[in-house]
Amino acid sequence: MRHGVARFVMGFLALPVALYLFYVVWPFAQAAGYSLTDWGGYSDRQQFVGLENYVRLFSDELIRKAFWHNVFFLITVPLFTIALALFLAFLLNVGGREDRAGIRGVFGSGLYKVIFFFPQVLSLVVVAVMWQQIYRADGQGLINGVLMKIGLVDPEDPILFTFDPEPFLGVPAVLWWLLLIAVWSGAGFYMVLFSAAMQSIPKDVFEAAILDGAGRFHTFFRITLPLLRDTVSVAWIYLGFIALDMYALVFVMTPSQGGPNHASEIFASVLNFTAFQKGQFGYACAMGVALAIFTILLAAAQLKITRRERIEY
Amino acid sequence: MSATPDLNRRALLRRAAAAGLLTLPAAGLLSACAGSDPAQDDNSGAAKSKDNPFGVQDGSSVKVVIFDGGLGDQWAKEDEAVFKAKHPNVTVNMSSTQKIKTEEQPKMATQPSDVIMNSGADLMDISTLVNEGAIEPLEDLLAAPAWDSEGAVADTLLPGTIDKGTFQGKFYVVNVAYTVWGNWYNAALFEKEGWQPPKTFDDFFALAPKIKAKGMAPYVYDAVHGYYPRWALMATIWKSAGKQAVIDIDNLKENAWKADGVLPALEAWEKLVKDKLLLPGQLDHTQSQQAWLDGKAAFIQVGTWLKNEMAETIPPGFEMKLSDYWSLGAGDKAPNDVYAGAGEGIVVPSKAPNKAAAKEFLRAVLSKEGSAKFAELTKSLASTKGSGDNVQDSALTSANELMSNAPEDLILVKFWDFYADLDKESQNLSAELMAGRLTAQQFVDGMQGAADKVASDSSIKKQTRSA
Repeated sequence: MRHGVARFVMGFLALPVALYLFYVVWPFAQAAGYSLTDWGGYSDRQQFVGLENYVRLFSDELIRKAFWHNVFFLITVPLFTIALALFLAFLLNVGGREDRAGIRGVFGSGLYKVIFFFPQVLSLVVVAVMWQQIYRADGQGLINGVLMKIGLVDPEDPILFTFDPEPFLGVPAVLWWLLLIAVWSGAGFYMVLFSAAMQSIPKDVFEAAILDGAGRFHTFFRITLPLLRDTVSVAWIYLGFIALDMYALVFVMTPSQGGPNHASEIFASVLNFTAFQKGQFGYACAMGVALAIFTILLAAAQLKITRRERIEY
Repeated sequence: MSATPDLNRRALLRRAAAAGLLTLPAAGLLSACAGSDPAQDDNSGAAKSKDNPFGVQDGSSVKVVIFDGGLGDQWAKEDEAVFKAKHPNVTVNMSSTQKIKTEEQPKMATQPSDVIMNSGADLMDISTLVNEGAIEPLEDLLAAPAWDSEGAVADTLLPGTIDKGTFQGKFYVVNVAYTVWGNWYNAALFEKEGWQPPKTFDDFFALAPKIKAKGMAPYVYDAVHGYYPRWALMATIWKSAGKQAVIDIDNLKENAWKADGVLPALEAWEKLVKDKLLLPGQLDHTQSQQAWLDGKAAFIQVGTWLKNEMAETIPPGFEMKLSDYWSLGAGDKAPNDVYAGAGEGIVVPSKAPNKAAAKEFLRAVLSKEGSAKFAELTKSLASTKGSGDNVQDSALTSANELMSNAPEDLILVKFWDFYADLDKESQNLSAELMAGRLTAQQFVDGMQGAADKVASDSSIKKQTRSA
């Protein structure tokens, strides 16, 4: 690079980089620093306690519970979201009948695209508040109300949704109901992402497959999915981040923010309680740092596993 | 009605005398302290006088943050007017919010507001504030002359107000609203049906079938916030097992939750749940209150802010009345003790830039004039004596009546203010008990386990109460 160009680039980059360092990187460093202290959050007094907070993490029952709940989301959110998004994208792009114009999506796919993408436009808190009304556990709830009207649900014993800690397949029901919302609100975006990727697959590949007698099932699993590998892998990592957060849904939708009785406790809700209610900011920072390390390791492992040679069309 | 205010005042005076005995020595000590160590506040350059006991400086300003919840914030604007009448040259910057912790906590260590009403669901944990030295002890406020009546500020407060704001032997929190808790019912409906408001659980269990026969649920509760049913559970425990049992629970005494009388109290609630006397539907506080106003349930338990909170949707002809929490019956140790006390705490941060004006503002809040406005606007009693004397309102009058017949001791539970862990656990377990997923025995075992865990956790600073 010529000297003048370097200076030109530097001039443009200096300010954003400085802002980034100050507002993003520095707080991270600060949190890591606080995680080694017993800071309470309301004063400027703090004592260095070394790795004590991290040692505590391993014997904290609540954290262990929260960790497994996060692992549940980590597996299910990407799995169901990607599966649903792929299915929708496939139907919208190549699932329809083939005719003289070539391969196309099902009838009205343009409209469906808008509908499915819509939840992505809403803020997560709006989504949560809306679903609160859908899930409401009396006759005024959308689901309960309808089911009570047609006699499928006893008004004395409504579906409890996010108030239900009873295990379903070994996982508290409240987590499944939260999962449903997460998948519903996330699938639209990934559908669009996968649609774009599918459209970049040359049409003649599909046509050749159809000529050879491949049905929809084989077209999808033998052609579409392998050619989307890169996109799916990236989606998986993004969704992993979302699954490790889930804070907004838990905070708005569950009783006592992680309830009932810790049934929907996740890393972020325990962190919030420890910092802001218990006043143990030092320990809470240690949780945050531990979560960050876990997230980075996970992303790195994922990229490593899914790395393959790219196919050029 | 005409005899009530008088009677009421006498009862209050009696209790005030008791409170005065407790606080006077402390106040004396403190004024001695204050005398020997004058003018530490940054902004107290002005001379101190009876009308300006903290030496508020003209031209200074004071930032006040009000919690805009069930009580609204109009009363605080009236207090601002009271304050300005004495200090026209001090600027009051008042704002109100529901997000106290979110907005104020980040500023606490550096540049906090001067006066913070620390209330609502998003409040700053009070034990943490005390332990961290983040808020100012306010004993000089108690010792200061009252704004517009005789004696010191401490003498003008209702019983329990000073106890409630005292942590580790020092007074930190000015709780401005005086709340009475109990079971609410629609007196008009009860009169029409010929129902008597129950005094004991047995009365209630006898009445419940009649209520059910009218297509109403006998009881509705807030299933979202565990601290709502917890008031009722703790009131029953206090009535059944007595004051000392609750003090032991607060002090984390060994096996305190297994004391005589605790389990039967919870079993009464377990029976209420098992007998399906609750309105189904996991409603939150306002939804459950609305269901009660709509006649879907006969009883709801909550504090005296109820009327103000629901003011806009009370149906015509609905006559809100408060009755005491039910007792278990003859074997109870303190069947008539009433759950009442000061709530809605205001604090002054230690790093507040204008502490003198902050304390002076609080003196205005506790004034006769300010507190009368408070009662008038919120239909709740203020913590200052006599605030509700001139307000005509069935809800407030029934609360007044309840107080006037109450024995000396007021139900007061502290463990959830002392320990965030026990706060969370007790909320969770209360909600579980009310949802029918926990038996009384499991509740007791769960709470005992949580209490033992806190007791043995060295990272948690311990607190105690004596009365």
